[in-house]
Amino acid sequence: MSQPPFLELLHIRKDFGSFTALQDINLAIRKGEFVCFLGPSGCGKTTLLRIIAGLEVQTSGRLLQAGRDISLLPPALRDYGIVFQSYALFPNLNVTDNVAYGLVNRRTPRSEIKQRVTDLLKLVGLPGSEAKFPGQLSGGQQQRIALARALATAPGLLLLDEPLSALDALERIRLRQEIRALQQKLGVTTIMVTHDQEEALSVADRIVVMNHGVIEQVGTPLDIYREPASPFVADFVGKINIVPARVARGELRFGSMCLPCDGIDRDVRVYLRPEDVLARPIAVGDPHVFEASIDKIEFLGSYCHVHVASPALDGHRLMVYLSLNFLSEQSLQVGSSITLKLLPERIKVF
Amino acid sequence: MSVVLPLPSLVRAVKLRQHWVDRLAHLFIALIALVLVAFLASPLLAILLQALQGQEGQFVWFDNFVEYAKTPALLGSLWNSVWVSSVVTLIVLPLSFAFAYALTRSCMPFKALFRGITLIPLLAPSLLSAISLIYWFGNQGFLKGWMQGLGFDQIYGAPGIVLAECLAVFPHTLMILVTALSLSDARLYEAAEAMGTSVLRKFFTITLPGAKYGLISAGLVTFTLVMTDFGIPKVIGGNFNVLATDVFKLVIGQQDFSKGAVVAILLLAPAVLTFGVDHFVNRRQTAMLTARAVPYSPKPVPVYDRLMMLYCCAIAALMLAMLGMAIFASFATFWPYNLSPSWRHYALGLLDAEVGTAFFNSLTMAAGTALFGTLIVFIGAYLLEKTKGADKLHTLVRLLAVLPMAVPGLVLGLGYIFFFNAPDNPLGFLYHSLTLLTLCTIVHFYTTGHLTAVTALKALDGEFEAVSASLKVPFYKTFWRVTLPVCAPALIDMARYFFINAMTTISAVVFLYSPETKVASIAILNLDEAGEMGAAAAMAVLIALSSTVATLLFMLLAWWTNRRTQAWRGG
Repeated sequence: MSQPPFLELLHIRKDFGSFTALQDINLAIRKGEFVCFLGPSGCGKTTLLRIIAGLEVQTSGRLLQAGRDISLLPPALRDYGIVFQSYALFPNLNVTDNVAYGLVNRRTPRSEIKQRVTDLLKLVGLPGSEAKFPGQLSGGQQQRIALARALATAPGLLLLDEPLSALDALERIRLRQEIRALQQKLGVTTIMVTHDQEEALSVADRIVVMNHGVIEQVGTPLDIYREPASPFVADFVGKINIVPARVARGELRFGSMCLPCDGIDRDVRVYLRPEDVLARPIAVGDPHVFEASIDKIEFLGSYCHVHVASPALDGHRLMVYLSLNFLSEQSLQVGSSITLKLLPERIKVF
Repeated sequence: MSVVLPLPSLVRAVKLRQHWVDRLAHLFIALIALVLVAFLASPLLAILLQALQGQEGQFVWFDNFVEYAKTPALLGSLWNSVWVSSVVTLIVLPLSFAFAYALTRSCMPFKALFRGITLIPLLAPSLLSAISLIYWFGNQGFLKGWMQGLGFDQIYGAPGIVLAECLAVFPHTLMILVTALSLSDARLYEAAEAMGTSVLRKFFTITLPGAKYGLISAGLVTFTLVMTDFGIPKVIGGNFNVLATDVFKLVIGQQDFSKGAVVAILLLAPAVLTFGVDHFVNRRQTAMLTARAVPYSPKPVPVYDRLMMLYCCAIAALMLAMLGMAIFASFATFWPYNLSPSWRHYALGLLDAEVGTAFFNSLTMAAGTALFGTLIVFIGAYLLEKTKGADKLHTLVRLLAVLPMAVPGLVLGLGYIFFFNAPDNPLGFLYHSLTLLTLCTIVHFYTTGHLTAVTALKALDGEFEAVSASLKVPFYKTFWRVTLPVCAPALIDMARYFFINAMTTISAVVFLYSPETKVASIAILNLDEAGEMGAAAAMAVLIALSSTVATLLFMLLAWWTNRRTQAWRGG
């Protein structure tokens, strides 16, 4: 499978005056792939998307799309559809005119346009809304129309710039699933910018984690979550406990814990996901079991964030997930002591 | 041995290939830059050069300024201008603040009516208030004895100028203060209330600091408007000389262009200062109010509301007395001996003094200004806000678009004489033409129109152009299908503003007309000079009437367009 990538970014750099927004970005995206640019605000993810769209100009570097060098092409000569956080629907045009906006200019026959609009509206789940104005639709509905408008001309690349950030929590989850389903159905190569890691994890084929203008890691959602390549990725994606530790003579030591570990002697930090600390089943004699006392319980519904402190960890606090049922079964409350177990194979050390 | 130096300039910036529609945008903005350079920057430069030149055109450094400073009569005018403007500012600021306070912070009835009445002075040239005052307090005025009882010898001179300017600038000052007082956060008052703060303390700790920038800005604008007004001191000033009348005398009377240019620069100074401070203040003002602020809505307090209404009635009465007297006098057969109504002055003005032609010229110029002004200003603002590339042109146009705010009409007009009357200027054929008068008026009022357009455009989603480009729709189609219809209300607002101001302006055009292209506001000035006060009043009333009719027509147009283009707003 040596199929050439659909979109290739080569040594992209972007400076704003003396500030470097992006440095040496290299990325290859396959045809039909759903890629998320994930990172905190100011990490350069939107700038990178806008460079792909030709709305910003890279300071140096090249872009190839479908075998064509698009580095110097103005937006109008590139091939993509784009959806913005603000919807950017034309307020004075009704839904039909908005969706057909790009079609009208291509001298598509009127009847064909009408059919295409009907199909697209069905596709985004808003059949029958042809005559409405954007102002009469909810945020989620407007974003669906914006999506239909971007897809109307059947572009090879779909760019989504934080499309869900302006929506309320429920609508956000619903629409992200719809976008994913739609993308798989159409097979259109899609890039979505988001700062919401849950969003990225749930829809992407691959995630590009960015920070301070560089790519920290590119990988599948599971890779990113389970095998973070850097402390930043570990910390930014998902919740994680961080405990100072030391590697000495082939052993990793933190508190009373001791695990085999190679490498030179050094001070390190242990990264451990809350779900990798278990309250059951606890086998007798397991060396990774320790006693802890509950400091704080944050009630979140079916499960709780439980903060524990343990002498076995030099008094460092850990956060673990415990189900509400477990807590009430064991009558655990703040101050109770609890037996916990680490999953040593899940520990990351940086 | 050679040393290789790093040459960063050799690393060429990446530039996207230009689509032909982008080039089109650049071409348009270059055209607008050209218009602004030719009709704004060049005339201003001409003044500067003129001020540094001697009678024979030789370069004399600051000799003209030194000579000016040595002329006691001219220095006296400078002093007169400064103190009259200061007095007017000190009177108008508290009066209009109280009025604005009543409009925004009380529950008095008829707010819209009061607001409307205070706009009357905007409908006619500023000299209408001067003419009116002469009828009230002049040598044969109704209330002359009453005035002399107060210890004023006569209205002509400083007292008349101060009083007339107060009436004329009131709406300008009021508008700024109403805006400043409307930008208030109710939550601050609620917090103060919860802590049991007294009314007086709330006023001094919340209201006044909140309106601080508005007050500064209003004060400066008032000062500058009075300082640079020409019509009022011309009509009621008598022997009391101010800078604005000096310019006219120096340039038109004595043909002393260099000294005229010096005075023009003196007039430019406060305007530039105002502009600078205002720019700074505006930035602060908007920063103070966050998007989450809750607008203040006053609660009824019967006694206070009634007091506020009484006060507003008093001010409104003054405005109405001003207009009323002008109307009354324009119909009086022979002031003050025969007050029975007749059309005599209208007939005299329109037919004998050929003001009819002037009136037609005024309408033509106002229509031209409204049409072309709106077009140029809006397209300019659109290209600035919504297109990219050609950064240097953008910066130039952005700068020139706000510059007219800092240039008094009198100075602009003077610059036009120096620039367009220069023997070797290829644009010289425009001199004295109605086209030049129209262009001058457009440039004179460019900034307010520009700011209106920018505000309307900023309200649009910033990504429309990006979306259009991705859909391969050229920007001008989006401009036509989306931007223009959505901004229609702002466009009509701009056209109305241009029209009314073109009807009433004197200062810029007073230097530029020929007998064939005389406009009505100038004709009034000439009638007054010829001693035909009644006819002058009649013509001023006619201008006020046509401005009113125009305003109503524009309102009708706005209503009609709103129904056609703003249906989507209803939701």
